[in-house]
Amino acid sequence: MKTLHLVGEYILLMRRVFSKPLKMSYFRKQLVENISALGLDSLLIVAIISIFMGAVLTIQTTLQTESPWIPAWTVGFVVRQSVVLEFSPTIVSLFLAGKIGSSIASEIGTMKVTEQIDALETMGINSASHLILPKIVACALANPVLVVISMFLALAGGFMVCVFTTAVPPLQYIDGLTSFFKTFDIYYALFKTFVFAIIISSISGFYGYRTEGGALEVGKASTQAVVGSSVILLLFNVILTKIFLG
Amino acid sequence: MIQVEHLYKYFSGREVLSDISTEFEQGKCNLIIGQSGSGKTVLMKCLIGLYGIDKGSIFYDRRNIAQMGKKERNLILREMGVLFQGGALFDSMSVYENVVFPLTMFSDLSLVQKRERVDFCLQRVRLEKAHDLYPSQLSGGMKKRVAIARAIAFNPKYLFCDEPNSGLDPKTSIIIDQLIYEITQEFNTTTIINTHDMNSVMEIGDTVSFIYEGKLWWRGSNAQILQTDNEELRQFIYASRFAQEIYQKRT
Repeated sequence: MKTLHLVGEYILLMRRVFSKPLKMSYFRKQLVENISALGLDSLLIVAIISIFMGAVLTIQTTLQTESPWIPAWTVGFVVRQSVVLEFSPTIVSLFLAGKIGSSIASEIGTMKVTEQIDALETMGINSASHLILPKIVACALANPVLVVISMFLALAGGFMVCVFTTAVPPLQYIDGLTSFFKTFDIYYALFKTFVFAIIISSISGFYGYRTEGGALEVGKASTQAVVGSSVILLLFNVILTKIFLG
Repeated sequence: MIQVEHLYKYFSGREVLSDISTEFEQGKCNLIIGQSGSGKTVLMKCLIGLYGIDKGSIFYDRRNIAQMGKKERNLILREMGVLFQGGALFDSMSVYENVVFPLTMFSDLSLVQKRERVDFCLQRVRLEKAHDLYPSQLSGGMKKRVAIARAIAFNPKYLFCDEPNSGLDPKTSIIIDQLIYEITQEFNTTTIINTHDMNSVMEIGDTVSFIYEGKLWWRGSNAQILQTDNEELRQFIYASRFAQEIYQKRT
C-alpha cells in the first residue's frame, strides 16, 4: 500500500515536472549549469573507475581463459562485450546513482526545508518543473556521453595491462576488441544509459522534493534517493536486457 | 485590501482554522498575532496560496481567489511579495541574482533596467554593496533585508512577512520593523505580518488580529490592545513575569 502511494505521488510529481519551462532562456542556463555540475564534475571519477575496472577485467578474463584451446584474442572480445553491455552502462550508472542521486536529493531537500521551494511557488513558478526538469534533461544528455568515455577508457585500461604485462599480446587483444562487433550493442548500451539517467534524476528529485522537516530528513531523503534509484535501475536493467537481448 | 470571509481549514479532519473573517487594509501594517500552534502560520499560508482553503473566501481587491483558474491565480501571485521566516534566499545565487530573479522570470526588462531596479531595491534596504555576496556570507538581519529587497523587486501590491523578527536581536528587529513600515507607506502595499513579538505590535501594528485556537479572537489597533478586556489576549500580551508586573502596576 505504501509503495503504491509512493508510485502515485511520483507520477503526480512527474506530471508537474514535465511541463513547458516558464522562460526558455533561463532553462537553457540552468541546463548548462546542471550538465557542468552533474556531468562534467563526474568525469574524473568515472575515468578513474573505468581504467581500473577495464584493467582488472582483462586480468581476470586472462586468468579464467588460460587454456591452449581458447585463442588469446578471446580476452579482448570478452572484455569488450562486458564493458559495452554491462560495465559502462549499468555499473557506471549505479555509481552515478550514488554520486548524482544524493547530490540532487540533498540540494532539493535543503531547498524544501529552508522554504526556498515555497518562495518559488509564491512567485507563481512551478517549482517541480523549475528544479527537477533541468536536472533530468542534463542527466539524459550527459550520462550517455560519460558512458561512451567510460567504454573507451575501460578498453584502454585493458590494453595497458596487455602492454605492461605478458597477459595477452596487445595485437591479439585489439583483434578481440574488433571481432564480431555489432553496432546494435552500442545503441543498446546508450539507450539503457538514457533510461537509467532519467530514473536516477527523477527518483532523486522526487525524494528531495517530498522532504519535510530538517537536516536529519534531508540526509534520509538522500539515502532513500540512492537506494530507491539503484533498485529501480537494477530492475529496469533486467527488463531491458530481457527485451533487447533475451 | 484583502478580505477573508468565513475561512475554514482542516488537516486530516482536524479543524485548524475556524470561521475566520477579517480585513487587511491597504497602506497599513496588518499584524496577525497568536501563540505557537494557534493557526496564524496556516492562515498566512492560505493567504499566499501555499495551502488551499476548505471553506470560505479570500478576496484580493474584490477578486475571489477560490473562483479563479490557474492563470488568474498566478497573476495574483505575481502581485505578492513574501518574506519568509528564514529569508528563503536561494543559496546558489548571489544577492544580486536573488533580487533580480523575479524580474528575470516575469519581465522583459533589459539588463540595464534590471540592474537599475536591483540597485534601487538594495539601496532601499540599505545594502548597496552586497551585490556579489552569497547568502552564506550574510548575517541574519542582512538575509532578511535581501529577502525584503527581493519581495519588493516586482512592485508588489501585497506584502506578506512571516515572523520577520525571528532569530534577530532586539535592535535589528526594530530596524526590520521600521523598514517594513516605511516600505508599506512608500509603496502603499497591503502588508500582512505574522508575529508573536509584542515590540512589533506596539511599533508598527496599524491593525492587529489575534488568533487563538484557530479562531479570530480579537481585532483592533495597537493603541487599543493594551486596554483589552479579552482574557486570552491579555494572557498572551502579559505572558512574561516582567510584563505581568507592569500590568499589575498599571491596574
